[in-house]
Amino acid sequence: MKLEAQSVVQAFGTQRALDGATFRTETDARVVALLGPSGGGKSTLLRVLGCLLVPQSGRVQMDGEELPHDETGALAARRTNGFVFQGYNLFPHLTALENVALPLRVVHGVAPEQAEARAREMLNRLGLIGHEHKRPAELSGGQQQRAAIARALAPKPRLLLLDEPTSALDPVMTGEVLDVVRELAENGQQIVLATHEVSFAKRVADWVIFLAQGRVQESCVAAEFFESPKTELARQYLEGLARYR
Amino acid sequence: MPGTAKDSPTSASWRTALWVAVLMVLVAGAIFAAFASIQYRWNWSGFWLNRGLFLEGWLTTLGIGTGSLVVCLVAGFGLMLGSRAPSEPLRLACKGWITLVRSTPLLVQLLIGYYVVANALRINEPIVVGMLLLGLFEAAYLAEIFRGALESIGRSQREAARAVGFNTVQMYRHVLIPQAVRRALPGTTGELVSLIKNSSLLSVLGIEEVTQITRLINSRSYTALEGFIPLALAYLAITLPLTWLAQGLERRFAYET
Repeated sequence: MKLEAQSVVQAFGTQRALDGATFRTETDARVVALLGPSGGGKSTLLRVLGCLLVPQSGRVQMDGEELPHDETGALAARRTNGFVFQGYNLFPHLTALENVALPLRVVHGVAPEQAEARAREMLNRLGLIGHEHKRPAELSGGQQQRAAIARALAPKPRLLLLDEPTSALDPVMTGEVLDVVRELAENGQQIVLATHEVSFAKRVADWVIFLAQGRVQESCVAAEFFESPKTELARQYLEGLARYR
Repeated sequence: MPGTAKDSPTSASWRTALWVAVLMVLVAGAIFAAFASIQYRWNWSGFWLNRGLFLEGWLTTLGIGTGSLVVCLVAGFGLMLGSRAPSEPLRLACKGWITLVRSTPLLVQLLIGYYVVANALRINEPIVVGMLLLGLFEAAYLAEIFRGALESIGRSQREAARAVGFNTVQMYRHVLIPQAVRRALPGTTGELVSLIKNSSLLSVLGIEEVTQITRLINSRSYTALEGFIPLALAYLAITLPLTWLAQGLERRFAYET
C-alpha cells in the first residue's frame, strides 16, 4: 500500500497527539511499522489511518485515495479494515465464537451458519480449538489477543491495523501473538503495526514511520532505518530499547 | 464458593434452607411477642367477611402495578436515550424532567397530574391516569439507573464496536445494552418493587386498590390492625415473585469480566 499524510493534526483537549504529521511511503510497502516513544502519536496515527478517528485538519491518502472526512464514509472504510488493540477489547458478554461471528452476521451480512463456520475456521487457524465457547475472562491474555486477531481477520480485511498488540502480554504470550502476525505478513496481508518490539519490526516491516512529539521524524525503508537512523531522537530510541536485549 | 470442600452441594443447600427456617421462626416470634406484650386482642371475623372485597383490591393493585411497570420500563429507557441525545433541547428537556420528577413528592404529582392535567385534557379514567403517572414517576429513577449502567461501560468497548464496523444502533443493540442490562438489573429490581408499593398512594385519585380497601375493611369492622397483616402478605405476593424473576435474570446475564 502507499500511504501519504499532510500536516495531520489531532488534539485531545489541549494535548496535541498529532501535531502536523507529514510523511509518504515511497515504495509499495506491505507491512508498515509505526515506532517511537509512548505518547509520540503512534496510536493516534494508527486510528487515523484506520478511520476510527477523523483528524481535525490535514489530509491522508491511501493508495492515492483520500480518506473520508465524514462519519458515513469513515464507517464504510472501517468495515474494510481489521483492528487489533493493546487491551484486546473483546466483547466480554460473548463467547470467543460469537465475538468473531457477530460482526460477520451483523455488519457483513453473512448467513448465520456460514458466519459460524467462518468463525470456527478462524479460531482454528489461530490455535483456539476447544476454546470457542469460552468467554474472554476464561481465556489467557495471549488467547484473548489471538481471538481478537481472529475477529479482525474473519471478514478478510484489506488492511489489518494492530495497536501495540503485545504490550499487555508476557514474553511467552508475546511470542505466540508475534508468530501469528509474522505468518500473516508472510502470506501477504497488508499490515500497519504500532509496536515497541523493535526486533520484530526489523524482521517483518518493509517501511518504518518513526513518530515522536506528535510529528513524523523519519519515514523510510525499514532496513535503512534500523541500519542508520537519521535523527537523534530515533538513535536514542533504538539505543534505549537495545540496552537490555 | 458456598460450602466447604467436604460439603456436597445438597448438604450445603439443606443447611441454607435450615437457616432460612430458623430466621423466619425468630422473626415471627418477635412479631408475636410484640403483639402479646401490648395485649392486642385479635378479631379476624370482620376481615374474613370482606375477603372478596380484599381480593378485588389486590387484583386492582396487581393490574395497575403491571401496567405501570411496562410504562416505567419503556419511558425510563426513552428518557435515558433522550438525556444522551445529540439534540440539546431534547437533552435538556429530558434531564429537566428527570430532575423535576425525582425532586417532588409523588403525592403532589398524582394530584396535579389527575385533577389538573388529565382534567384539562378531559380524560376521566382514574385507573389509566394513575397507571401512567405512577409509571412516569418511576421512569425518572430508572432513566438514571440505565444511564449509570450504560456510562459505566468503558470507552474501549465503544471503540471496539466501531472498529468491527457497527453503526451507532448496532453498537447499542449488540455491545452496550447487553452489558448494561446486567449492571442495571439490581437497581431496577429495587425500583420496580417500590413502584408496586407506591401504588398505594393512588387511593388519592379514588382508586380502590388494596391499601384503600384494607382501610375500608378496618373501619367497617371496627378493627385497628387486622387488615394490615394480610395487606403486607398481599404486597409480598407481588414483590417476591418480581424479585425472584429479577434474580433469575441476573443469573442469566451473569458472566465474568
